[in-house]
Amino acid sequence: MIDKTLPIDQALQAVHDRHTVMVGGFGAPGTPFLLLESLLAQGAGNLTLVKNDANEPGMGISKLLEAGRVNTLIASHIGLNPVVVAMMHRREIEVELYPQGILAEKIRAGGAGLIGFLTDIGLDTILRDSRQVMSVDGREAIFEPALRADIALIHASKADRAGNLVFSRSARNFCPLMAMAADRVIVEVEEVVPTGSLDPDGVHLPGAFVDHVVSLGELTPDYGVLPQHVL
Amino acid sequence: MSCKEKIAARAAREVRAGQVINLGIGIPTMIPDYLPESLGVFIQSENGILGIGPRCRNGTEDRNLIDAGANYVTLAPGASFFDSAVSFAIIRGGRVDVSFLGTLQVSADGDLANWIIPGKMAPGIGGGMELAQKARKVIVTTSHTTRDGSPKILTRCTLPLTAKGCVRTIITELAVIDVIPGGLMLRELAEETCLDEVREKTAAPLLVAEGEIARF
Repeated sequence: MIDKTLPIDQALQAVHDRHTVMVGGFGAPGTPFLLLESLLAQGAGNLTLVKNDANEPGMGISKLLEAGRVNTLIASHIGLNPVVVAMMHRREIEVELYPQGILAEKIRAGGAGLIGFLTDIGLDTILRDSRQVMSVDGREAIFEPALRADIALIHASKADRAGNLVFSRSARNFCPLMAMAADRVIVEVEEVVPTGSLDPDGVHLPGAFVDHVVSLGELTPDYGVLPQHVL
Repeated sequence: MSCKEKIAARAAREVRAGQVINLGIGIPTMIPDYLPESLGVFIQSENGILGIGPRCRNGTEDRNLIDAGANYVTLAPGASFFDSAVSFAIIRGGRVDVSFLGTLQVSADGDLANWIIPGKMAPGIGGGMELAQKARKVIVTTSHTTRDGSPKILTRCTLPLTAKGCVRTIITELAVIDVIPGGLMLRELAEETCLDEVREKTAAPLLVAEGEIARF
């Protein structure tokens, strides 16, 4: 029976310089902190990263950005990371910012094998200046190209050995979309269960989208409740 | 009650039973404190939650349960989780009844500018543009003026827009103002203010109905 589990170092051999890497997570939940930590040690550089946000200073993708491993960041909102905002202003990195649902849909479209989609979001704003505007049935629309990546790094709470995934609560966010939109998908999971033990109705992402499953040991503090966000 | 609490409390009275609402960062996140549980409102969050519950008490935080502003939250009965594409299908598909948003500027035509100050502040767009453009009703909750006292309510926005003609109602610590086809219509005045003060701090003409103005 198929077994997609793999030691983390072996799984990350798939990441090379100049790759486009999608990283799951909205803030901390769903961010694959251990995969990112190991990618930093692995050494790949000149990366293009795709993530909703830039995590926070010293956490998650911020470590790769701060270490100079990233040329371009494609995101929606990086306001919780003043270090990366400052790097953007100093032009040390290129940052492409999209409306959040448009970013999600670009990834979804990439995963669904589409070229792109049409939207009216941002037509009356400065976004239109950098977009391809077309006319469809007499209506104006912006063409948004689909987005794909070489690699997706995501976090799930549970996987079986066939790669079927279950996410937890608000940690789902961009993870299943990114898993659909990358050539090689590496998932870190808190628990690996035997194939056949997950309720098929409760699988959030089918194993066909997953290449490698990395089992997490004890969770580091980055995965815990973050004191700076407790009221 | 602080100015922000006053705005949040007044904004809560715009919510109807069973509505799906989305709360922007800042003042809007204080609105649930003033929503009776019996109203059965579903609070939507861009990161994939429908049905956020009461404020999270210290010590009860769940590491996997935050809102779009990174605050730990609780769940209400009937809550559900979904991915970011579904979350924005709810938003762009018109299933959010009311979007409460903060703002930098708002115009007499209901134009909203709240995401960028060119050269100064541009941390990203987030979900605001899609909420402003596609929610069934957009209510702006904001201090009436900026910190240095400049008006935020203007005849025309000078900052780049988030969305055009999207704002239905503006709630500040001084007034409740509706955007109607003819301009801005004063609906209510705060107890502590007078019409002259509101006019002085609003850089757009204000229409006032005849008779007594309601107070809040």
